[in-house]
Amino acid sequence: MNNERAKTLKDNIFKGWAIFATSVGMIMLAVLLIKIGMDGLHRISLDFFTALPSRKFEKAGILTAWAGTLWIMVTTALFAIPIGVGAGLYLEEYAKKSRWSSMLEINISNLAGVPSIIYGLLGLEVFVRFLHLGESILSGSLTLALLIMPIVIVSTREAIKTVPNTLREASYALGASKWQTVWMQVLPASAGGIMTGIILALSRAIGETAPLIVVGALTYVPFVPKSVFSSFTVLPIQIYNWASRPEAGFAVNAAAAIIVLMSITFLMNGSAVYLRNRWQKNVRW
Amino acid sequence: MNLKERIIEGLLFLCAAVCVLTTVGIIAVLLFQTIEFFSEVPFSDFITDTQWTPLFADKHFGILPLLTGTLLTTLVALIIAIPLGLSIAIYLSEYASKQLRGYIKPMLEILASVPTVVYGFFALTVVTPLLQHIIPGLAGFNAISPGIVMGIMIVPFVSSLSEDAMYAVPNSMREASFALGASKFQTALKVIVPAASSGIMVSVILGFSRAVGETMIVALAAGQQPRLTLDPRVPIETITNYIVQVSMGDVPRASLEYKTIFAAGLTLFVITFVLNNISYFIRKKYRAQYE
Repeated sequence: MNNERAKTLKDNIFKGWAIFATSVGMIMLAVLLIKIGMDGLHRISLDFFTALPSRKFEKAGILTAWAGTLWIMVTTALFAIPIGVGAGLYLEEYAKKSRWSSMLEINISNLAGVPSIIYGLLGLEVFVRFLHLGESILSGSLTLALLIMPIVIVSTREAIKTVPNTLREASYALGASKWQTVWMQVLPASAGGIMTGIILALSRAIGETAPLIVVGALTYVPFVPKSVFSSFTVLPIQIYNWASRPEAGFAVNAAAAIIVLMSITFLMNGSAVYLRNRWQKNVRW
Repeated sequence: MNLKERIIEGLLFLCAAVCVLTTVGIIAVLLFQTIEFFSEVPFSDFITDTQWTPLFADKHFGILPLLTGTLLTTLVALIIAIPLGLSIAIYLSEYASKQLRGYIKPMLEILASVPTVVYGFFALTVVTPLLQHIIPGLAGFNAISPGIVMGIMIVPFVSSLSEDAMYAVPNSMREASFALGASKFQTALKVIVPAASSGIMVSVILGFSRAVGETMIVALAAGQQPRLTLDPRVPIETITNYIVQVSMGDVPRASLEYKTIFAAGLTLFVITFVLNNISYFIRKKYRAQYE
């Protein structure tokens, strides 16, 4: 009987430990949110959004940073969505099971594991130097588009896989061509899942700092970008710049900018989760 | 098949080809600049010199200090992430109700969605000062603080993949263990974990690879002093951190300093490439184990 009791005790100890382990991350997140809230919330005002960067921390704002983030996000989406979804469609609907397609698969899984800073080195050599695009928004967004491509492709494929074959067969039976079937049946039926993946990928792109630093985004940009060829900065780089300065005033600015950045990523992730749940409920088959 | 259909298939094929071109591009760019680098610096210096000082007057090009810096922060991260991640995985797979799983999993996912620069700020302004109260002689920049934060960040990677592997273990094995009088904990530790070991290994390797390539946390909290040490309390520099440091400064293109970031980058790429491929093949090989 003693043995039984020891077993139950061990069971309960593990349960307690596991609940602790689960909450460690949550506790850290809570402390993080409280910390940046206490440090930065009072700094957020309209001026903070409309002021240019400055050497004086009390005057500095994030106008050029959020404008840069917006530019980068839109241009990255323009490149990543069509190419990523197109590649996913090709792999699921067109490619035959062959050595080539399994090679593509290994390749995509490998790309997803390449550290983001390596993409920065690729962008620096290919877009900035070889194609002479300069240290511009275009170079930055092309780099980020390549970075998030694997995420878009994988989620496109997952979404397409859930479309039942009966739908395709019905379409063919009515005389539709392959592309008509893909464009008018498969894509609309998997749009929710694809959209979820795209939003998650873009939210990842918004938080990326390292590849853009390598591509040559600046830390001090006294103007709002005018075209895709402008030099630029983004919110995470502004945060990095402020956080690495010794003056306490800049740490306050960094905390305030973090509040803005995290609001954007949480909003995007939240809408992705909402979209996924709604889409899963609306499945008709 | 008519022309339009063919053109469309061709275009979609090109989209897929972009991925292959990306890989080819990464390897070509890294190799090209690294070969240039080695035309000026002997390979033996690169792997045996114990100093890395390309930005100083007295230049040394030994990758070892950057490598140990990288492995040190990674080690700290894994010491945190493996026990936490595996405990969570066992708990979710063997103990928690389906409903609880549904709550906890997305909450853990939030951890992975926080931008890393935010974690870096957190390590620098909260964790380091806190640790300085506990660990005497801890410098303002060190390997412990970014390592711990990185570890918590990769917990969701480790826990979700291992949990999938444990969840896939067939119920008959659990029931057999219970029938022999084993408790839940004994079953988890002696039946489920061994049965799911390949999946657990994959999760740990991917966590490893993630930590090696992590940049912004170490860039903010680990310092910029490449040194050959295993002491986690002093400032160090990782490979990723060095690349950031050079990119932030004004290094002339085509200079030797410029080429160093590609040599460092190639080293990093090789490490993650090997790790990712090992995990890929483990996954492929054991996928059908219980199907």
